[in-house]
Amino acid sequence: MTTVSMTVNGKAVSAEAAPDTLLSDFIRESLALTGTHVGCDTSQCGACVVMVDGSSIKSCSILVVQAEGAKVTTIEGLASDGELHPMQKAFHENHALQCGFCTPGMMISAIDLVNKNPDLSEADIRHGLEGNICRCTGYHNIVKAVQAAAAEMKG
Amino acid sequence: MPDGNATGIGASVPRKEDRRFITGKGNYTDDINRPNQTYAYFLRSDIAHATLNGVDTSAAEKAGGVVAVFTGADLAAAEVGGVPCGWALTFQNGDPMKEPGHPILAQGKVRHVGDPIAVVIAESRKQAKAAAAEIKVNLSDLPVVVDMTKAIEGGQSVHDEAEDNICFDWAIGDKAEVDAVFEGADHVTSIDIVNNRLIPNSMEPRVAIGDFEDSTGDYTLYTTTQNPHVIRLLMGAFVLKIPEHKLRVVSPDVGGGFGSKIFHYAEEAMVTWASAQINRPVKWTSDRSEAFMSDAHGRDHVTKASLALDKDGKFIGLKEETLANMGGYLSTFGPAIPTYMHSVLMAGVYTTPVIYSNIIAVFTNTVPVDAYRGAGRPEATYIIERLVDRAAREMGISQVELRRKNFIPEDAFPYQTPVALAYDSGNYNATLDTALKNGDVDGFDARKAESAKNGRLRGIGYSTYVEACGAAPSAVAGALGARAGLYECANVRVHPTGSVTVFTGSHSHGQGHETAFAQLVSEKLGMHTENIEIVHGDTEKIPFGMGTFGSRSLAVGGSAIDKALDKIIDKSRKIVSHILEAGEGDIKFADGNFTVAGTDKTMAFGEVALAAYVPHNYPLEELEPGLEETAFYDPTNFTYPAGCHVCEVEVDPTTGVTEVVKFTAADDPGTVVNPMIVEGQVHGGIAQGIGQALLEGCSYDDNGQLLTGSYMDYTMPRADNLPNYVVSTESTACTHNPLGVKGCGEVGAIGSPPAVINAIVDALSDLGVTDVAMPATPQTVWRAIQAAK
Repeated sequence: MTTVSMTVNGKAVSAEAAPDTLLSDFIRESLALTGTHVGCDTSQCGACVVMVDGSSIKSCSILVVQAEGAKVTTIEGLASDGELHPMQKAFHENHALQCGFCTPGMMISAIDLVNKNPDLSEADIRHGLEGNICRCTGYHNIVKAVQAAAAEMKG
Repeated sequence: MPDGNATGIGASVPRKEDRRFITGKGNYTDDINRPNQTYAYFLRSDIAHATLNGVDTSAAEKAGGVVAVFTGADLAAAEVGGVPCGWALTFQNGDPMKEPGHPILAQGKVRHVGDPIAVVIAESRKQAKAAAAEIKVNLSDLPVVVDMTKAIEGGQSVHDEAEDNICFDWAIGDKAEVDAVFEGADHVTSIDIVNNRLIPNSMEPRVAIGDFEDSTGDYTLYTTTQNPHVIRLLMGAFVLKIPEHKLRVVSPDVGGGFGSKIFHYAEEAMVTWASAQINRPVKWTSDRSEAFMSDAHGRDHVTKASLALDKDGKFIGLKEETLANMGGYLSTFGPAIPTYMHSVLMAGVYTTPVIYSNIIAVFTNTVPVDAYRGAGRPEATYIIERLVDRAAREMGISQVELRRKNFIPEDAFPYQTPVALAYDSGNYNATLDTALKNGDVDGFDARKAESAKNGRLRGIGYSTYVEACGAAPSAVAGALGARAGLYECANVRVHPTGSVTVFTGSHSHGQGHETAFAQLVSEKLGMHTENIEIVHGDTEKIPFGMGTFGSRSLAVGGSAIDKALDKIIDKSRKIVSHILEAGEGDIKFADGNFTVAGTDKTMAFGEVALAAYVPHNYPLEELEPGLEETAFYDPTNFTYPAGCHVCEVEVDPTTGVTEVVKFTAADDPGTVVNPMIVEGQVHGGIAQGIGQALLEGCSYDDNGQLLTGSYMDYTMPRADNLPNYVVSTESTACTHNPLGVKGCGEVGAIGSPPAVINAIVDALSDLGVTDVAMPATPQTVWRAIQAAK
């Protein structure tokens, strides 16, 4: 076991973990932040995407020790003081979620996309989200929501 | 109190359930952990067919962290039952279907890759998995049966009970009569179809936690199911012999189901039973690889079908012969899917007077096959709409004209089909007209010319479909082999200050019931949905209900809520009659207020509720206090959503890459409660239909190895594979349920696959291509082009 420390959703955390622990398992099991989901075992589905030092990453694809000292944002950390992030608001208003399982990873991927390219086109959104699988929505409303959030995030 | 009218039927009310999902506060089964819990890992067969000579667990039992190891022999010794099948079919001569046992852990033989052989229970998941590697399994390979056509030739059987691997050979319709019609037909169109095997792939893998409390003898199963009461009944009564009052099944937030979470699975029984053996909670979380080889698969039909027409293009007869894969064991509803959810739909939206459908269900060394979104109806629609498309091409009649010529006319409802079902309502020309308009079909030729300039072949494809939802009239289902009733139940609890909690037997795993069902209450009681809570998914809370599948929630579960609300209003009227000293017949209820005709006397619904719970001025001698009512609703017929899907594709003839560039759907889901949710359901269904048509295909090799065992191999539709959809509704009301609703959950997956494939055939028709198999991958399309050269 090794001790890992990082900042998660603005709070310093420190916990013991086996060195082969995936960041996704650490978040779900050690930190009990169960909003991050695990939907596959081949780093294909994107349900586990979190923000690490400002970039979205599939948290099943890195070891927790690689995130030592990092700033991690999970779905639980998106809203601030009860105020939803524009992406959360847009997903709700555009019915961009059904079962909700892919939603946390989808939204964090989308936020990263918009952060990096505020003027993204529909094709950019579709291409940018191809690492996040949604089985419910057919993506139509997800694309709409990301467009709406992008407009709002630009202010 | 906010205005109730804003959240009634017909309003696109944003979903009440969203907040917890978008903030990471959903409560999925894997988010649940029980004190002192252990972890289960299933050792599964990695070969498809073998004799199981023995399982040596001695080393695994000594491995670090291991609490217990169980095998099929342990379960047999404890007289644990097998997984039951919920629907009994017969052979054409009336003999019962072959129904071999389906043990919780393999006994005697393994019958598919993924068949569980042993379970290790340990202090951690990692330890359980490591210990499973220490189990020595003695298997003797047997010849593997994968291909259905070869399977029924016999020689090697999956089950001793079915030497020729035929589970049943069933038919509907008069073969001799249909053959005679074909003899005299002016034109016969035939087609060979493979309806590709699909893997449902809800994004949340299955999870089950068994939790036995020895001080009370109570069992709790937390599980990812679409129907907790069904699981409680099947597992309690048939597998573990636990009476209902000692068994609670909880299915909290469930991350998609699409049918695959209807069925009672072995893992549920295993963790529940094991928890009592070790007196600790046992948790199992499927990983995705495991899901691919243990979740029931869908579709997998091989069909020969023909349509007979007269010289004017009138359909005069239709026949199909289908091999339907059951897999290695019968899943809960496996036998019903290719028969009572399929053959009875073979009239489609047409007046075809005679139909014969013969279904041979086949055991193979593959994962069991059962319902997947649409369940039998996509297969029926695909056969009919491919035949119609081909007939139109062969006879030189336009696609639209041939369909219109054969539609069941608007004034013909109720319409008795030759294959048992009687459609209550519909207007197939209306949905066709809307789709033609919204899809700008008139502009297709110009778009085709534009595509051609870019070296792309553009095609347009149609599908006009009908399906059957709202399963089902219990008496009818029972007569057809169902081993359960198919009503739904609702309990409406009005609280003393007038807010409402509804306890429903339906289950939401993405459908938005917490909103749509609240809208039913909002409409009827004139209160805002903020004041209404919908509770589902826990057998300790909800009344006995059959759960959610076959687009039945609103039509059956919603109707039960409606009936319970009627009882609430009836009782309220009696209370008002007493308090306001007016005759019941003079009391009107609207917008949340009771009024007495011809007077200014009024009483708000909340005041009535308070009077019911504080019965100081109350007719206690005639009426019980309280305001809570339960209703069971058993439908008198199925509901029949229908519609028209029009697809345009562009094919790159040099690579075979096909892109859906335009998709238009006009559907008739009956009364629309929440248009936003209906559109979302249709979007999702279309995505799965396009997935089936272009991308998804479960593949086994001749040894029964699953070649598509991960997202690296099984092509899931992603955002950049799919277009935006133009969807609209053109509703006719269902005539036999109180809400007029039909259903919308499956229409997208049912209507879309033939529209896509017909569009590809259209695009390639000038090259001489007449057929393209699903999934129409670039390689498949390219090969079709080359073969036609």
